[in-house]
Amino acid sequence: MLFFEAIRLALSTIRAQKLKSFFTLLGVCIGVMFLIAVVSIVEGMGRYMEQDLIGKLIGVNSFELRHRPNINLGDVDPSVFAEYRRRPRLYHDDIAPVVDALPPGTRWAVVSDNSLRISSRYSSGPRNAQISAVDGDYFAIRKFTIVDGREFTPQELAMGTPVVIIGQDVVKRLFSGLTAVGRELRMGGLPYTVIGVLEAQGSAIGISFDNQVFAPWQSPVHRLMNSVPNIIDAIIIQVPSAGQMTETQERVRQVMRARHKLRPAQPDNFTMQTSESALAFWNKIKRYLVLAGIALPAIGLVVGAIVIMNIMLVAVAERTREIGIRKALGARRADILTQFLIEAATLSTVGAALGVALGIGLAKLIAAVSPLPASVAPWSIVVGVALGAGVGIVSGVYPASRASMLDPIAALRQE
Amino acid sequence: MSQSTPAEAPVSTTAERQAVTSQAGATPGRDWVIVTRGIKREYDMGGEIVRALRGVDLAIRRNEYVAIMGPSGSGKSTLMNIVGCLDTPSGGEYWLNGTLVSSMKDDELARIRNKEIGFVFQTFNLLPRATALHNVELPLVYAGMSAKQRRETAANALDRVQLTSRMQHKPNELSGGQRQRVAIARALVNNPSILLADEPTGNLDSATSQEIMKVFESLADQGQTVIMVTHEADIAAHARRVVALHDGQVSSDTRREHFVTVNEQVIEAKKG
Repeated sequence: MLFFEAIRLALSTIRAQKLKSFFTLLGVCIGVMFLIAVVSIVEGMGRYMEQDLIGKLIGVNSFELRHRPNINLGDVDPSVFAEYRRRPRLYHDDIAPVVDALPPGTRWAVVSDNSLRISSRYSSGPRNAQISAVDGDYFAIRKFTIVDGREFTPQELAMGTPVVIIGQDVVKRLFSGLTAVGRELRMGGLPYTVIGVLEAQGSAIGISFDNQVFAPWQSPVHRLMNSVPNIIDAIIIQVPSAGQMTETQERVRQVMRARHKLRPAQPDNFTMQTSESALAFWNKIKRYLVLAGIALPAIGLVVGAIVIMNIMLVAVAERTREIGIRKALGARRADILTQFLIEAATLSTVGAALGVALGIGLAKLIAAVSPLPASVAPWSIVVGVALGAGVGIVSGVYPASRASMLDPIAALRQE
Repeated sequence: MSQSTPAEAPVSTTAERQAVTSQAGATPGRDWVIVTRGIKREYDMGGEIVRALRGVDLAIRRNEYVAIMGPSGSGKSTLMNIVGCLDTPSGGEYWLNGTLVSSMKDDELARIRNKEIGFVFQTFNLLPRATALHNVELPLVYAGMSAKQRRETAANALDRVQLTSRMQHKPNELSGGQRQRVAIARALVNNPSILLADEPTGNLDSATSQEIMKVFESLADQGQTVIMVTHEADIAAHARRVVALHDGQVSSDTRREHFVTVNEQVIEAKKG
């Protein structure tokens, strides 16, 4: 087949003129490299946002009743913030009416959190940690697994027994080299007994999810969470299936509107945040990032296309005699056209393939040396290579058609 | 060529002169590979019309060994380009194997060049980066032959010019004579109707020229139609027929019963 013949010919041309070919495909290579790298980073951030960060902060099929959203991606209007500040807080008294309104099978949990200093006899000096005062099915909703020790018993939760479940970082900092379960740590001047250790949660954008301490809400620690002891940060509600979300949210809304004595015309002065609502803004940014990730490398590709066109024009001029010989031996215009088009396409596809490899490398490098995550999207590889081939074909059209139009006699006469 | 030109003698003594117009009655058909009628070719050189050919009538039978001679500017290259279907005439008709090719389009001409014509050039015109075998394969590529068949056919053609051992060499690893033999193998690989040679010995020393002329001679003996364009009388002397061009017209058309073979020429040269 002439097609494979032309590819073979193109590859042998690349081999014969390595340096020239390298510079020819550099433009396409760099363009595709940045395309792959940028898209990988954006994809990685997206996956991280969707699966890890927000998935970890707000569980599946669940929503958080708060006085205002705690995850704010992007700019929120100052007037909206002012309104957030005027909203009434949630109080411990709100829990019972809300829980009463939930359909059967629904899980709920209460949480208030704050950053506090903790210490133990086994470490030097106090350390900062994220402290959460919890009640209800907190660990089940968050899918936290205890690797050592046990969960809070209902009695401990009800009585406010001073016991804690801690993360791996806390174990390292306060109980280095020791078994943490059964030992004591101190928060707000009071001793708490460690009864359980969570499995490692990992970290995201430099925030560790392992530097956490959980205590029953009723324990003295809840006084340290907010200025007024009875304030709670959130009621987390998890419905058994996605279909029950809307109805459950509606029930909770009615309870809260009644408790806040809102008139029908007044808007809600509380928030029920789902992972989707937290993700909505991210999806908006992501669109722009992907667009920028494609538009900027596109400039590189245009430069690459111009370089390839230039080099192909030179190649046609240099190989005029070859074209004359081929025509004398029976090559039709279409044969010459195909030959040079395929040569240009092969050049730039090789460049694009190199670019894909380098792009993946660059993405992994960025992921390794910076907190940005990277995930190579298969579609970006396909787009990268296809774009490379397309650039080659487009930039090869003019030189190839010039080659095919050459007069064989004049071409043969050329030195 | 500094040697004495034995070719002069046979041309003048044993040549059988024929009327220039004797071919005009030839009808395009099976016997006649080439029939041209009133071929004209004019070039527009910046407003000035240059008449390279001013009405050439030429008929060549199958199996003829013809030399086209003439000084530079006589129009012999233009005639060769038209006969070789690289160019089309501005006027007149040209039949090749009974087909009117003078009015054909580019791509049709490309097909004719591929199937009917084998070119041998003064400067060999081999692709420098390709091996001898690949050079010979080229016409077969454009004929659409499969890779395996191509290689076999090309290897056979190289065998016919005794270059089997040089198949994988590139042109710059071959001597001038070997290069021209590769070119001849390439010209013959598609079994063309005409072998068209343009000054095939112009870039070769006299010993190598003899070697190449011997190849042409044996091809002519095997029945291959050979048309050779040359301005050297001793090269033309090998042909069975000499067509001389002058100012774009046929000035003489000579058929010989006696022509010089390479062996004779060598003997003559020794005597001299």
